[in-house]
Amino acid sequence: MSQLIEIRWHARAGQGAVTAAKLVADTALMQGAYIQAMPEYGPERTGAPLKAYTRVCDEPIEVHNTITNPDIVVVLDDTLLETVDVTEGLKDDGTLILNTELSVEEVRDLLGVPATTKVAVVDASGIAMDTIKRDIPNTPIVGALSQVTGVVPLDLVKERLINTFGKKFAQEVIDANLESVDRAYKEVSVA
Amino acid sequence: MSDHKAFSATGNQMIAEAIRQIDPDVMAAYPITPQTTIVENYAKYVANGKVHTEFVTVESEHSALSACIGASAAGARVATATASQGLALMWEELHIAAGMRTPIVMANANRALSAPISIHGDHSDVMGARDTGWIILFAETAQEAYDNTVISFRIAEDKRVLLPVMTTLDGFITSHAMERCEMEEDQTVKDFVGEYTPLYPLLDTDNPVGHGMFANGTSYMKYRSVLRKVNHGALPIIEEYGKAWAEITGRPYELIDAWGVEDADYVVVVLGSAAGNVRHVARQMREEGVKIGVVRPRVYRPFPAEQLVNACKNAKAIAVMDRSDTVGGQYGPLAVDTMAALYEAGLSIPVKNYVFGLGGADVTNELILEVFSNFEKLEKGELDRDLAFLGV
Repeated sequence: MSQLIEIRWHARAGQGAVTAAKLVADTALMQGAYIQAMPEYGPERTGAPLKAYTRVCDEPIEVHNTITNPDIVVVLDDTLLETVDVTEGLKDDGTLILNTELSVEEVRDLLGVPATTKVAVVDASGIAMDTIKRDIPNTPIVGALSQVTGVVPLDLVKERLINTFGKKFAQEVIDANLESVDRAYKEVSVA
Repeated sequence: MSDHKAFSATGNQMIAEAIRQIDPDVMAAYPITPQTTIVENYAKYVANGKVHTEFVTVESEHSALSACIGASAAGARVATATASQGLALMWEELHIAAGMRTPIVMANANRALSAPISIHGDHSDVMGARDTGWIILFAETAQEAYDNTVISFRIAEDKRVLLPVMTTLDGFITSHAMERCEMEEDQTVKDFVGEYTPLYPLLDTDNPVGHGMFANGTSYMKYRSVLRKVNHGALPIIEEYGKAWAEITGRPYELIDAWGVEDADYVVVVLGSAAGNVRHVARQMREEGVKIGVVRPRVYRPFPAEQLVNACKNAKAIAVMDRSDTVGGQYGPLAVDTMAALYEAGLSIPVKNYVFGLGGADVTNELILEVFSNFEKLEKGELDRDLAFLGV
């Protein structure tokens, strides 16, 4: 069987989860992978909980449903932990990555994830405030994802960001985003 | 064979690109979810001078298709796009477009019909256009939505056909999901579809003609029998253009995508994106020795009955999955077509009909396994043959 990697993103509308889901897919595509990226569509209200999905595979992807048993779950907002079961269906040997100031141990205690599940935390919002000067944790969290899972290599994530943002944003905005990815890549803690 | 760089795009983007490459004379369209980004992207091409298309803004879908019919009768190459309530609002014009033999190409992002309101994908809207005389294609992927759209112009405009073509993709699932895609060069597409020469353009004042004339009893009936004949006769022509396009692109084109049917014990018949989901699970089951084939008509109207029978004839039981319902009828539209084809071929293979995925309800692997797990009972005659709603 081909190696299919399924990522589910949890965020609040406005945090850029869909952009992140596409960034990972587009970066994987640069390596020749087959990809899918889609948001879960519903009423669009800023701040409302939403999910997005990314699939990466070395063969064509035939399945078109939502991801219910992800290999990787990424949470962009830890206030969702109170209301959304973010680990629902996460594979026991899967990976959970959170934007939070909590420690890995605190997250493990809070969510009761199995010991076989890898948990990673990074203060992506803090990094975003330092670098981009706005609380948009979506780009830094992709740096953390790269470090923890290796689904996409850091240099290609940055190349893709330059390609995508290059058309729309000033150089200083691009540099700030690149710095945020680098910092999250270095600062993420895993256990 | 083409050798193009892969890129990411949604199904709607791919359809907009295909129409841009073809650059029709007229597009009249009204935006509706989940078709909106086709029209939005195309309006940008018009505004940025990438195409020469006359974009007609209208106040409703009824007017959109009316404008398209007028433009097509006048002698223009015409495209449009819609979905759901928009397609429903076009209903009377759908019949007129086919009856007047206007070769319009219309993309439809398949979506549920109200009420209750749902913006999500199913086939209720398209099935309402099933008997109008339009040729109807179903894409499984964004890539296929592109390929089908390019081919649609050749089919529609062929003098042996001259019928409107609906090129459909599943709302959100295919229209809005980003997938890996390829695109041919603009010139390759332009060369493939060629220049459009209308047969009886209304604006050719040296050769005056009438379109959409009055017809009584026998002549009306004669006309309608021609419509049936022409629609059905389009099947080999669709195949011809599909194969010609496949030679250029290297991407296969069959009237029916039949996967694993050669040695399958059981077969699932299904349209659109869900076929991929079923194949995905069927592949996993093959590793456990369970042999299930998946048959996906890429062309729904005209119905490829002979090809469908060939793909299903060795099965011990068949499941037909319909993404729409015929409320008050015995079975869903695809099931009725399949059963009629099997009956005519003298085959009495047991068929179970499932309605699934209405209003975008997720087609989970578990639901597909439920269909698979019923096959043995169906084969033995131990399963009731009533239409069943999956996952309710």
